This record gives sequence, structure tokens and C-alpha cells, in this order.
Amino acid sequence: MIATVEHTGNVTPMAISTTPDPFIGDEALRAVFFEWLCRLGDTTLVLGHRVSEWCGHAPVLEEDIAFANTALDLIGHTQMWLGLAGEVEGEGRSADNLAYLRDAAKFRNLLIAELPKGDIGITVMRQFLFDVWHFALLKQLTESKSPRVAEIAAKAVKEAAYHFERSADLVIRLGDGTDESHRRMQEALDYLWPYTGEMFITDEVDRQVAEAGIAPAPDTLKAEWDRTLASVLSEATLKAPDGGYAHTGGKTGRHTEHLGFILAELQFLQRAYPGAEW
Amino acid sequence: MSKEWPLYEVFIRGQHGLNHRHVGSLHAPDAEMAIRHARDVYTRRKEGVSIWVVKSNDITASSPSEKGPLFDPAESKAYRHPTFFDIPDEVGHM
Repeated sequence: MIATVEHTGNVTPMAISTTPDPFIGDEALRAVFFEWLCRLGDTTLVLGHRVSEWCGHAPVLEEDIAFANTALDLIGHTQMWLGLAGEVEGEGRSADNLAYLRDAAKFRNLLIAELPKGDIGITVMRQFLFDVWHFALLKQLTESKSPRVAEIAAKAVKEAAYHFERSADLVIRLGDGTDESHRRMQEALDYLWPYTGEMFITDEVDRQVAEAGIAPAPDTLKAEWDRTLASVLSEATLKAPDGGYAHTGGKTGRHTEHLGFILAELQFLQRAYPGAEW
Repeated sequence: MSKEWPLYEVFIRGQHGLNHRHVGSLHAPDAEMAIRHARDVYTRRKEGVSIWVVKSNDITASSPSEKGPLFDPAESKAYRHPTFFDIPDEVGHM
């Protein structure tokens, strides 16, 4: 995984939690719980990969490191979410199996995560739109009735809080910056806007997971997201487009053409040399 | 305005009770961003509990060419070191 860039080729596996969880082994919920975990874990995996693409390419060294840190945080969350997904599924698949050996149609990430990184405007704006949602979601997940979900969220929410602070700050600085930075940020917002609706769509899987008390229904996160967005965008002198059209499909495995290219790079090694290890 | 961001010197306190120590420098558009950058560049392995940044331009440094006049006169004055006192045992480690 990308995490290996950070360490000196020596990856410490994430400690596997042994906290008992009544939802692991719950037959009635197994399929939807697994599906829900893949949606979250795949979103952080794919976005983490996208952000990592700046590594060595960011306009200044300091931002390069900041992007790499964000990417690593997201990949770290992925290890925990997909690790738990594998346990819930109960067929012996690890986080690595799920990340490296599934095809695009099995991925459940939000479409906004897989869009190409574009310029810094797109990258920062996407990160901001995602961070507001991610932070709101994780805060609620710390109260999950699933002890394992709550445990992971408690760890991840601290990182998400910093991601949000950083991206909101950059949106304000760049939005209310020079003519060029303002133009790029507004263009990024216009382009990404139709991909934000998918974060709040609540389908049958979400409803069942919400009824079990594992996670909030996505539509309940919208009010906080709207409020935070309005305040940051107004400070950034940016204007959210009108219209609520939403591209959908990521959560059910119908992706843009971009995901295939990500997986080709991400999965190449394990596909070409199955079982290869450090 | 110069296109380059100004340089900031970064000081990090490793633990409560210790002094801030100079750890390096970085570029940032302003002090607030310098703190964020310092967090990302210098505290990734939990090195610190507090960060100070200061614009490198705001530091007045002694000039290397004045090293002689500045420091040499202290050379032969061993009596300035407090090594000529007997420390009573009760004081313990100093």
C-alpha cells in the first residue's frame, strides 16, 4: 500500500482490534453492514490514492508533504474500515484482499473520490467538500452502537478534524485570493458540485444500517454540511451553483471511466505477482 | 511582492517543561500557514507539544567574521566557570 512510502519499507500492520462487537456475525445485517463498510473504506482508499498523486508534484514542498500526510491518513482509515469489512463478511478476506483484488464494479466509493486530481483548485475544493462531510459523519460514528465502528471513528475523527481545518483555510485563502486563484476555485466548485449530492443519498443499505444504530442515515448529515459550506464559501467569496442535480452510481458500483485507471495502477503489483510481499 | 513565500524558522517544544528548540525552516505565506506547515513537516512522528515560528528576516544574527572579537576574549577566563566551588553533598545533583 501507499503507506509503505512513508516507512522505510517496513510496514507495521494496523493493530487488529479484539473488542467484541454484536454486529459481527449478525446474519440479518451481514450483507448490508459489509456493503456500508466498503462504501466508506473504498471512498477513503480511492481519495487517498488520488491525493497521493501529488507526492513529488505539488507546487511547493510544504504543501507536498501536507498532501502526502492527508493521503496517508486516508489510507490508514481504509486499512481499518476494509479490515473490519473483511471480518464482517466472514470469508477470510483481509483489507489488502479487498483493496487489491476486487474489480471496479465491486468498488463502492463515492464518484467524487475518483475524479482526476486536476489542478490544485480541484484537489483542494474536492478535499474541502469531502472533509466537511467526512468530519460530520465521523463525529456521529463515534457514537455508533457498533463498538468497532465507534473505535475506528474515534481514531479517524481527529485526523479528519485537521483535514477539514486545513482545507477550509485553503479554500478561503484561494477563493478570496488573487483573480486567478478565485477563478480556479470557483471553476472547481462548479465542476464538483453535481458530485456532492451522492454523499447524502440514502438507499436501502443506508437505511438498514441506520436502523441498527451503526451509522447515521446520510441524508441526516446534509443540514450540517450545508451550514458549514455556506459559512466557508461566503468567507471565500465563492458561490455554490444552483440546482441539485447529482451524479450517482459509485455507491452501487457504477463508476466513471477514471476508476479503472486508478485500479490499474493501485492493483498492478498484486495482480502481476500474486501474494508478493516486502 | 516577491513570488517566493518568506522563510520561517521553526521551533518545537518536545515535552512540557523543555525549551523550544530550533528544528529547521520552511516557506509559508504567513505565520499561521507556517504553523500548519511546521505541523506537517516537523511533527509527523509526534515530536512536539508546541510550535513557534518566526520570520527568518526578523532574526538578527551575529556575523561570522566577528567571531574573534565576540568570543575569543572569553577564552582565557576559566574563572568564569563556576568550577571553583565545593558543592556540599546535601545539594545532590546539580
